[in-house]
Amino acid sequence: MSFLERTLEGLHEAMQRAFEAEHSAASRGLLQQIDARIKVLGLFALIVAATMSRRLWPIAALLALAIVLTALSRISIRTLVSRVWIGALLFTGAIAVPALFLTPGTAIGSLPITRQGATTAGFLILRVETAATLAILLVFTTPWAHVLKALRVFRVPVVFVAVFGMTCRYILLLLDTAHDMFESRRSRTVGTLSGSERRHMAVASAGVLLNRSSQLSGDVYLAMQSRGFRGEVYVLDDFRMTLRDWAALATFAALVAAAVWAGR
Amino acid sequence: MLFDLDRVTFRYEGVIALDDLSLSIPEGSRVGLLGANGSGKSTLLRLLDGLCFPQDGSIRFRGSELTEARFAEDDFACGFRREVGLVFQNPDVQLFNPTVFDEVAFGPLQLRWPKSEVRERVAGILDRLRIAHLRDRVPHRLSGGEKKRVALASMLVLDPAVLLLDEPTASLDPRSQSQIIDLLVEWGGGAKTVIVATHDLADLEDIADRCCVLDSGRLVAERAPAEILRDRDLLERANLVHAHRHRHASGAMHSHPHEHRR
Repeated sequence: MSFLERTLEGLHEAMQRAFEAEHSAASRGLLQQIDARIKVLGLFALIVAATMSRRLWPIAALLALAIVLTALSRISIRTLVSRVWIGALLFTGAIAVPALFLTPGTAIGSLPITRQGATTAGFLILRVETAATLAILLVFTTPWAHVLKALRVFRVPVVFVAVFGMTCRYILLLLDTAHDMFESRRSRTVGTLSGSERRHMAVASAGVLLNRSSQLSGDVYLAMQSRGFRGEVYVLDDFRMTLRDWAALATFAALVAAAVWAGR
Repeated sequence: MLFDLDRVTFRYEGVIALDDLSLSIPEGSRVGLLGANGSGKSTLLRLLDGLCFPQDGSIRFRGSELTEARFAEDDFACGFRREVGLVFQNPDVQLFNPTVFDEVAFGPLQLRWPKSEVRERVAGILDRLRIAHLRDRVPHRLSGGEKKRVALASMLVLDPAVLLLDEPTASLDPRSQSQIIDLLVEWGGGAKTVIVATHDLADLEDIADRCCVLDSGRLVAERAPAEILRDRDLLERANLVHAHRHRHASGAMHSHPHEHRR
């Protein structure tokens, strides 16, 4: 595959992922129907409970709960495996494997690994997989705009939330621009590019994108000024709790309490 | 007089965008700024909106000179932003909020309107522009026509006395173009000041009662739209009409300068 095709495929995949997350958040699964604030609070508390647990089985139970919530929220388990579990396993595995051999303790049969090492590695991998699964549940069941608004409710500074939201929005716009740019390059390119040509194209494209993003940020600032922006951002925080949200809050509270008690 | 421009010159890194331009715009007028790409229309709108300031000459708004120092005063800046609104040519620069509703609410919130009034006014303008169904959508996923309407709604919600529009119908399909033109014609019952930059001659007589032609940053004509449209030499000099091959109903094919009308 050529350099241009690889770049285009990468850009396309990034846009596709963003679209899938938006599509999934708009569907009518279990978690999608719950107030964003409850999800942010509840899932974050479950992550904390998983990381604090001193026993393996409560963490495993939380992971099982996360899988059930995934299915009830109409998110494909395949997406979970490819987006979260494999990456988390590889990344954490690289850190956990030495612990199997280096942690002092009782050997398991004739193997060069210890029981304590296996437990340590098990804790690390299980905690990361559980935390990542719970975090991705929030991303796949909540529109990004609602996550940002929920952060405001938890007293995250408004400037941080506004800048974060705008950054996400303009990353997608620049992704579109980069995609169009590389597509037009491909339509005018015949044969394979040499190493120096590829480097030249990458540097030139980065320069053009940087220039465009700088121009865009200047125009966006003017557009904000034109509508009265004077350095302070004011936003609407309009959430309404329903009976279902109160029930979800109580369920999350009970689950977190049970996980903390079982893992103490 | 609403706007009074006296010998205004503006340069971008040494390149002249507006050159010694003098112009007066009365309250309640509907002005069409005509000119080819790069003629200085967008720069003039930004100057009128107090987003940049002339290097030479002066701009007065209801007698007050527009300077950076004046915009540093909260009262003046808020009052001016409440009165004058600019809709940018590229809606993407104007749509930076997470949802359409938040986008339209952004301006009123910055001007510290009460939140209950903001909600009411935003819902009203979304209904009026027939985009209420988009209220929870993410702006970057909208079509070009929808983005333009949201950008327009984000300004109209402030109900400004002066509306500046930069190519409001550019890159839109014919139906969206005519809907936006209808809205501009009806908006404010004709009592508001509307200044529209365009190089589309088709709707000029509908949206403007006065027309200024810019060429390379200079004001080359200022007349009624009908007179401007009759002046072929002027339109050709300002690159607003061009010659290309076309076929008439009789089947004859030839080439001469002409404007396009829908």
